[in-house]
Parts: sequence; structure tokens; C-alpha cells
Amino acid sequence: MLTLQFIPYTEIEQLSSSKRISKLLHLVKGDKIILLEGRLRREEEAELIKRTMESIGPKFSGIELSVVYPNNKDQAFFRKVKQVFINLVLGDRQGMTIIGPANVVKEIKQHPDKIQLFTKETSSVKKKKKK
Amino acid sequence: MDCLPKPKLFKRLFYQFITMINIFKNLFGRFFRKKKQVKLGLYGPPNGGKTTLANKICEDWLGEPMGSVSSLAHETREVQIKEKVVIKSKSGKELAFNLVDTPGIATRIDYEDFVKEGMNETEAKERAKEATKGVISSIKWLDDMDAVIVVLDATKDPYSQVNLTIIGNLEARKTPVLVVANKIDLKKADIKKIQSAFPQYKVLGVSAKTALHIEEFYDTLFEVVK
Repeated sequence: MLTLQFIPYTEIEQLSSSKRISKLLHLVKGDKIILLEGRLRREEEAELIKRTMESIGPKFSGIELSVVYPNNKDQAFFRKVKQVFINLVLGDRQGMTIIGPANVVKEIKQHPDKIQLFTKETSSVKKKKKK
Repeated sequence: MDCLPKPKLFKRLFYQFITMINIFKNLFGRFFRKKKQVKLGLYGPPNGGKTTLANKICEDWLGEPMGSVSSLAHETREVQIKEKVVIKSKSGKELAFNLVDTPGIATRIDYEDFVKEGMNETEAKERAKEATKGVISSIKWLDDMDAVIVVLDATKDPYSQVNLTIIGNLEARKTPVLVVANKIDLKKADIKKIQSAFPQYKVLGVSAKTALHIEEFYDTLFEVVK
């Protein structure tokens, strides 16, 4: 059975970068696929990969990560400025971040306008967990 | 000062001498300081051809390769550096840099993938462990780069989060970037897809293995590394 957990931006807003990453990794290690409102900062994304690598062991082989972000390139100048201002005040709530454990999520295919998430067969996941 | 005992006088003179040297250093130091070597990094996901490209550069300009290559992912598991690579343009201009070949960045490393490729379990586990350390060191090195060549496999989908995270982090650090679409000698290669994924950067199609468009690549380096 797949578990999807939605995390609103308000839940991580007040946390430091390190605590945000710890929280997300903790949930992913519990075999949950996270749907996070908004996105992490660029440096936090790199830090998440780094911390994931530090956690890899016999029971955890890493994560699959994908960020869906709206394309603002064709927006009018005023709307862009408005968006930058909102991001500054409220944080980067635009888009969505999907993080799943590599033993559950086989692949996340990202396209400019859609995302495809492929999961591993449940039986093969169970087999691996028994080991 | 004349009334001070001799040891104290020497001590004071010594400190004055040191202060003078420091002032002189601060004023004129920058004229004598050794020029910082530019670090040019090769970044990208595993198996994109970073080491093949590094080998090509080193063989062309130093006469020796940089590291071993393999079709198996995570062949490069430690950061490798070749110092003082000097390339020359047709007009005689020279460009000197330290070339830094980094392990491929990935979000997942499973030793069973190596077992499937024919390794025994102990070897596979060791390779996986080294590969995780390699990814960590690649990320740590991001801060030290003066310019970066992002090497992508032109036959693969460029919209992967690893690619976006690498390029996003370089953008945030304002590091000059050249995107190389490698393996264009292969039928499945699609440079246009990479260009549309990263329209803000110059994307150059090359084949590090067959040296296709390698001269154009060297010319472009002069624009990127400054």
C-alpha cells in the first residue's frame, strides 16, 4: 500500500534548513511519498541530496525527488514582480515538491507541464525489506 | 625609549618591525600575490561522460589521461584534479585552469544495481559506499568552482531533478556554466531537448569519445572561463 503525505508550507515555514531536511528525510525513511507545498531553496535541495547520501545503508537506498514549478517566463512584468514580492513575504509556496523513497518509487519523469511517478511492484519492495 | 632596559627595548623594536612588515604586506601584497588558479569543474549525473571529456581535454593539452572510464555507473568516486591545464585558441590566446572531475550526482545508490551488472555482493556494497561519499564531495566542491561544465548524456531525458538541482545551485552561486550535450554521435541523441530544458545557457553538442565538435568546445571555453 502506498502512503502519500501532504505537507503544507506552514508546517516547515518556521523550521531551519537543517530541521526541514531532517523532517522530510524522516518521513521518507518511513516509506511515505511526500507532497510538499512549495519548494525547498536551491541550497536546501543540494543539502537534501547530501544528507540522503549520508543516510544510505542496507535498508535505505536513497530518494526520488521532483519539483513541479510553474513556468513564469511568459508572465507580464507586473505579475512577476508581484510573485517575487509574495515569495519574499510568505516564502516560496509556488509549485510542489515530491519526494519518495527509492525502494518504493522507481522513477519520477518530469516534463515541462506534467509529472509521471512510477512505483516499484509492492512484492519486490516487501522482498527487499525482509532482507 | 633611551631609559628602557635593553631587553624591553629590543622587544619593542621587534614589534615595531613586525608592524611595519604587516603594513608593507597589506599595501603591496596584492602586487606580489600569486595569481589564483581558476577551477573548472565537470559536473553532471553518473555516466554522462564527464571523465571521458576530462580525458580528452587532458590528452589534447597535457598528453596524459585523467582517470578510468566505464559503462558501469559511479566509476569516478573521488574528485580528481589536473592542475595547470593550458589550452590555446587559434588566435594564440591562452587559457589556464585546474580541471576538476567530480563523481556523478545521484539521489539514489543501490548496491543491488551493481550486483545486477555482475559484481559480487561485497564489491557492490563497497562501490555503493564509495559512490555515496563521492556524491557528498561533489556537492561540497560546488562552492569552490569558478566555472562549471555540466555534462549531460544527450540520449537521456534532461528534465531530471538532479540536473535541475545542479544547474539551480550554480545559478544561485552565479557560477558561469556551459552545458555540454555529450554522446551526439549516437542516434538517439537529442540536443534540442536539452536546449529547451536549459534555454538560459549555451548548450554545445559534442562527442567526447569521437572528438566530434571538440574544437568548438575549446573555443567556447574561452567565453565561459574568465
